Order: sequence, then structure tokens, then C-alpha cells
Amino acid sequence: MHPKRKQRLIVALVIVFLSSVTIGLITYALRGNINLFYSPSEVAAGEAPIDRQIRVGGMVVEGSVRRASDRLETRFDVTDFVHSVTVTYDGILPDLFAEGEGVVATGKLGPNGVVTASEVLAKHDENYMPPEVAEALEKASARGSMQ
Amino acid sequence: MWRIIHQFGSPPWVYRFCDKVIPWLMPITIVALLGGSVWGLLFAPTDYKQGDSYRIIYIHVPAAVVALAGYYVMALAGLVSLVWRVKLADTAMRAAAPIGAAYTAIALITGAIWGKPTWGAWWVWDARITSMLILFFLYVGVIALFEAYENKTVAARACAILSLVGTVNIPIIYKSVDWWYSLHQPASIKFTGSSAIDASMLYPLLGMIITFYALFALLMMLNLKQSLTEEYAQSAWLNKRLAA
Repeated sequence: MHPKRKQRLIVALVIVFLSSVTIGLITYALRGNINLFYSPSEVAAGEAPIDRQIRVGGMVVEGSVRRASDRLETRFDVTDFVHSVTVTYDGILPDLFAEGEGVVATGKLGPNGVVTASEVLAKHDENYMPPEVAEALEKASARGSMQ
Repeated sequence: MWRIIHQFGSPPWVYRFCDKVIPWLMPITIVALLGGSVWGLLFAPTDYKQGDSYRIIYIHVPAAVVALAGYYVMALAGLVSLVWRVKLADTAMRAAAPIGAAYTAIALITGAIWGKPTWGAWWVWDARITSMLILFFLYVGVIALFEAYENKTVAARACAILSLVGTVNIPIIYKSVDWWYSLHQPASIKFTGSSAIDASMLYPLLGMIITFYALFALLMMLNLKQSLTEEYAQSAWLNKRLAA
């Protein structure tokens, strides 16, 4: 290789390497801000600030959804299967909101540990299948749990 | 081996190559686009949870995949232009930028349209969506930077450096859903192990991804031909070719 070209190649690769390191360090330092939400474990550990707008994300606990009879208000628990946080929300929930599904709730964490949400988003998972397949899977798992 | 690589640096050879490939690549791509869309939008089964709104995947995912791959095409052309000073590499780098920007815009817009019924929001500043927006700005930045210089040799060098630095963003986009908590779900298609998407939905998706790659190649060649026609308007080889 021509020495001049070799030198230019090395310079180009060094530029890419140094910018990777720089951006890597920046994103590492900002990882708390890049995370879209706090997990219930982080909330339980006191890492989430109180009385400031935060997001909490996790699975809606099966059987935890309670709806008020006279208002839109809904209460449910969000879990990461280690800890859970109670969320209250007075508004219209997205169509894909359901027990056992992922959610991200934006709101304020009160001193009592309850998040008063101003927005609830459904977090869709990566599973895509036709209804018949989902039904078959459900039947198979039901049969499995009966045995 | 070296001769083949050297041919790709020769404008008359590349021009002839494009002229040879385009007449059959264009009809194949159009048929595949139509066929893939009909397969995905009409014949693939509905999703058990999202119903029909998931069908935007057949545009969204192929556009996003090729937007990332296209960036490497642009950056690689930038590297060749920077190190070996091949003029054609400049042209290739500039040809890739607007196509990549369009693919990224399609991915962002279809994502927003899908996000509203699925998540309940058009836009969320999570790691995947934000890094994808940065990719869009990088593509647009390369276009703008090239136009900002009077001296086109300097412009090409600046663009090459910008596109090389921008490659850092590609693995970030790809891994963002695994590295950080995000609203966007992780990848459904897995290179190792079984995919999280049913085969009846996966095959039309893979077909559309391949088609979007073919479309990228086609647009790239059309763009290259256009640029070469402008750059070499006074050259004997081009005039002879156009007269024939």
C-alpha cells in the first residue's frame, strides 16, 4: 500500500475509533437519562425522585386492575417480578392495555409510593403471531399447567 | 481481483454497468414491491393482539433495516474517497445520502403511525426513536454539508469525515432496545434461535426486506447515472455513449 494512503487510512480509522470512545463514554455517563423509565425495583430502592415527573415501566400485575365505578380512574400494580409499584390513572387507557402486558406510565411518585399518572402508554412486546397460533399456545400451556 | 475493484473506480465502466443492470432490476423490483405489499397487506394473517395495524411492519421494518445498511454504504464510499481519493466514491457517497434520508423518514413516519394505536402516542423520546432521528439528521447533514462548500473537493472530504464519524450511531440504534429501557420492543427477527414472529408473517417480511435492498440498489444506480451525466457532460466517452 502506498505510504500516503496507509497514513490516511490510519487517520480515518483513528477518527472513527476516537469518536466511538467519546460517544460511548457520553452515553455511559448519561445512561440514567437515556433509560425511558424507572423499573419498579429502582423505585423501591429510592432511585426515582419524589414529586417530579418520572416514568415507571413494567408488567401490569394479573388481577391488580381496579376501576372506579363512577369515574375513569384506574388503579393497577406494575411489576418487574421483583418489586411492584401502584399506579393510579384518571384517563383513557390505550387499547392494548391489559393485565400481564407491558406499560410505561408518566406521572409523579408520591411519598406514599403511589404513582399518579398523567399518561399511560402500552409497551408492545416483540411477539407477532396469528390468533389461531396464540389460541393453540394458550391451550397447550393450559394443558401443561393442569398436569 | 484488483482489476474488478479498479473497474468500480472507472466512471465509463460504472456507467455502462448501470445501463446494463437497470433494465432488468427495475421491473423485478417493481413486481416484488407490488407482490410483497399484496402478500403482507392482504394475505398475511392478522396479529392476535394488534389486529391489522401490525401490517405497517411490512414497510416500517424493511425501511429501517435498509436505512441502517445504507449508512454503511455511504460511510464506506466516504472512506474510499478519503483514503484512495477515488472521485467516483465521492459521487457514490452523495448518491446514497438522499436515499438513506428517505428510508429513515419512512421508518420514522410509519413508526409514528403505528405508535398511536399501539402505544397510545405518536412520538416518545426513547433511545431507539431518538437515535433513528439522529440518523436522519446525519443523512441530511451530509447533503447540507456538501452544498455548503464552494470547493467540491473540500466538501467531499468534510462529508466523508462526517459520515465516518456517524457510523458510531448505527450499532447504537441497533442495540438501543437492549442496552436501555425503551418503549420500542426488541427485534422480532433473530439471527440465532427462533424468531418471535410467526413464519406466516415472517416470510412476507423477509421478502419485503430483500425488495427494499433491491430498491436501494436501483435508486443508487439511477442516482449515480444522473450525477455522472452531469459531471462528465463534456467527456468524449459519455457523449459517444449517449449518441449510441
